[in-house]
Amino acid sequence: MSTPIIQVEGLSKVFGGVHAIENLSFSIQQGHIHSVIGPNGAGKTTLFNLITGIYTPTHGDIKLKGESIVGLDPSQLAPRGMCRTFQNLQICMNMTALENVMIGQHLQFKSSLLATLFRLPCVVQADQQAREKAAELMDFVGCAKYLNTEASAMPYGALKRLEIARALAAKPDILLLDEPAAGLNGAETAELDTLIQKVAQSGVTVVLVEHDMKLVMNISDYLLVLDYGKKLAEGTPEEIRHNPDVIAAYLGG
Amino acid sequence: MMQALKSPRLGGLSALSCVLIILPFTLSNSFQLDVAIQVGIAAIVVVGLNLLVGFAGQISLGHAGFMGMGAYMSAILSGTYGWSPLLALIFAAICVGGLAFLIGGPILRLKGHYLSMATLGLGIIIAIVINTESWLTGGPDGLVVEPLSLFGWALSPFDEYHLLGISLSGTQVWYILIASLLVFAVWLALNIIDSPTGRALRAVHGSEIAAQVVGVNTAHYKVKVFVISAVFASVMGSLSAHYTGFITPNIAGFHHSIELITMVVLGGMASTYGVILGAVILVLLPQVLADLQEFEMLAFGLILMVTMIFMPKGLLPTLLNLLNKPKQKTTSEEAA
Amino acid sequence: MLAELLQYLFTGVTLGATYALVALGFTLIYNASHVINFAQGEFLMIGGMSTFFLLEAGLPLPIAILLSVLLAGALGIALQKFAIAPAKNADVVTLIIITIGASIFLRGLAQLVWDKEIHAVPAFSGDTPLVIGGATLLPQNLWVLGISVIVVLALVYFFTRTLTGKAILATSMNADAAKLVGIKTQFILMLAFALSAILGAVAGVVVAPITFTAYDIGIMLGLKGFVAAAIGGLGNGVGAIVGGLILGVTETLAAGYISSDYKDAVPFVIILLILFFLPNGLFGSRSTERV
Repeated sequence: MSTPIIQVEGLSKVFGGVHAIENLSFSIQQGHIHSVIGPNGAGKTTLFNLITGIYTPTHGDIKLKGESIVGLDPSQLAPRGMCRTFQNLQICMNMTALENVMIGQHLQFKSSLLATLFRLPCVVQADQQAREKAAELMDFVGCAKYLNTEASAMPYGALKRLEIARALAAKPDILLLDEPAAGLNGAETAELDTLIQKVAQSGVTVVLVEHDMKLVMNISDYLLVLDYGKKLAEGTPEEIRHNPDVIAAYLGG
Repeated sequence: MMQALKSPRLGGLSALSCVLIILPFTLSNSFQLDVAIQVGIAAIVVVGLNLLVGFAGQISLGHAGFMGMGAYMSAILSGTYGWSPLLALIFAAICVGGLAFLIGGPILRLKGHYLSMATLGLGIIIAIVINTESWLTGGPDGLVVEPLSLFGWALSPFDEYHLLGISLSGTQVWYILIASLLVFAVWLALNIIDSPTGRALRAVHGSEIAAQVVGVNTAHYKVKVFVISAVFASVMGSLSAHYTGFITPNIAGFHHSIELITMVVLGGMASTYGVILGAVILVLLPQVLADLQEFEMLAFGLILMVTMIFMPKGLLPTLLNLLNKPKQKTTSEEAA
Repeated sequence: MLAELLQYLFTGVTLGATYALVALGFTLIYNASHVINFAQGEFLMIGGMSTFFLLEAGLPLPIAILLSVLLAGALGIALQKFAIAPAKNADVVTLIIITIGASIFLRGLAQLVWDKEIHAVPAFSGDTPLVIGGATLLPQNLWVLGISVIVVLALVYFFTRTLTGKAILATSMNADAAKLVGIKTQFILMLAFALSAILGAVAGVVVAPITFTAYDIGIMLGLKGFVAAAIGGLGNGVGAIVGGLILGVTETLAAGYISSDYKDAVPFVIILLILFFLPNGLFGSRSTERV
């Protein structure tokens, strides 16, 4: 097996004496759809925030493509091929939908301040290409009809997909989706299901935090089950379905 | 589809140019022209300030400090030390930009009220230094400033000039200079806003964390826009000093900072033309209210409060919204 | 030498007590509504000016003070009801401009109703200085200190022992939850503004005999109070008091030993230095962003 794209070793995060994550180790294989599940308060979002550099771990190590990324901030992780979405939407409501996606292409631009100030032809050209690329991505996630809509005027479900388009615009190798189906209805969840599979097929490793069991079991290659910040189980959907600990945690409470 | 992807830019710029060309023909005397120049100077400063406040969402309650530094450095270097005004202006802009760069790092880590506190403090410190070091700055009594000159050609509001066979007063030449600079400044601002840099700045305002996860070094962009807006203020401070020929520490004071930020918020944050409207109103209002004499302050405060309470988005965005509403209705009817 | 230092400390602590009262006013409003009230300094002005003119009109001092403090309280309520409440969803900057508008308005009102002169309110109990260790202490300094201590104790009692005080705290922590348990949050907000205005007016009255009063003294005092509140960490009551005292003492020491011209710059240099190293003030909590 090749080096895992993410390798977490002995990870802990303490908030004022409370262990949100405790001595957690696991790895994520390239090209997988890897889901993190667990009851509320299990530490799923904390884990995401640790991996994506928003929190700094109290102990332990996180490796991205074999390199430790502990202590790097989110903006340093994007160039290393990691991007994410948020459970509570983080959309720039002061911009149009298209511009939100164009933000995702930020790292692909290299123009000097002078070229920007005087809007030299190279800037105009790059901008036009960026617009077209962003429009393609919006089409890919199914937001084509909101091209020039102000983000603030878009429905919730479309904003969720817009976040995915923005993350994809950064051309990540690994994409972390934090509860992408939360607040969506059945039809929207089904669309999302297809979208996540399309993303995975394009070669991007997808890590998913999700409450919607049906979605998770359908599309995941591998699952990690958390409970009170600790690993309860991991395995394929089939293994998890029959794991007595998981059944106890979810059903027996 | 291609058409929908283009952004309209030229319309606004040409409209602004038209207004600026027609305006002097509607003004009856040089006093009114002088007010127009004052408006123009303020407008350019707030077009720059708006990049910081309106677009990047970072408050500055001390921007007059930068303007004051530009003004005093130009005045002192060109007057006391005999530098060429243009060189002094550029040198001042570099120094002010440098200061903004050095101090921007630690200051712009702050958020909300702490940021307003820090910028306010910075502005007040600059004003107090200017007020106190009177051996250099003339202190509260102010300082006489040399007229702007370029290669030995001095531009004083009190002289007559002949350009291409047309005879112009100094004030008229100044108007042409400031009006062209305003169009240029708006063009620069629009270029910035509609670029990857501008989108990164707006993302800092919209969602700083979202900007970071796609690789935007938000700290870097905040400092960058802080420097740009400080340089705008410094250059206009220098020009304003040369134009009026006399400066006092008030140019750097807390009140002036408040005036500048009020132009931005009143006119409409993140609206380049809106903040110009804000500058027009805030420069004209005291002229109009002067007739009220002792009621002036009362009326000014009241107008400020009432406008901001009822139009929290600022004048221009609110007006545009009102104009657009009936239009939206018709399009939705067409769609139905 | 020692006498000189002692003298500066007396003056500094007196000044610091005033700043602390203003800072507490900021803290109260900030806690209740997350608004920084740039009109806070105007309440000091109103306290001092109103007392002076009521004394001129022949009222006895205690009555003049009481009426002035009540006037400020009423204006505080009016500020909340007519300027802050209607703009509750506005941006931070918009709210700042609104309160600045209010401060200009109040200043305009003051110069219209009263005048533009500088006035001295007579000291409460004479001008015979006490000499302690070679330094002189005016009776008015004792008044400032004594009243500040009483006000702080009263606030502590109010917030820890009374239901209304606890309701203010509850509203500041979570307005929605407070509403759910039946607290009238709009009333609480008005109360917070009234209390804060009263604090300002009290400070304004007690220092007026020392610093004099005029329609425009509110600007600098207000800004320094804001600095004091930020030093301790916005929203922290103890921090506001400590911040005020630090400010008063350093300002006086700097004026005495370094340069009196730069006296007014001292608070701002201090706050910049503090914020460079502690972005949330001395006692501010390290907040972790939730996403």
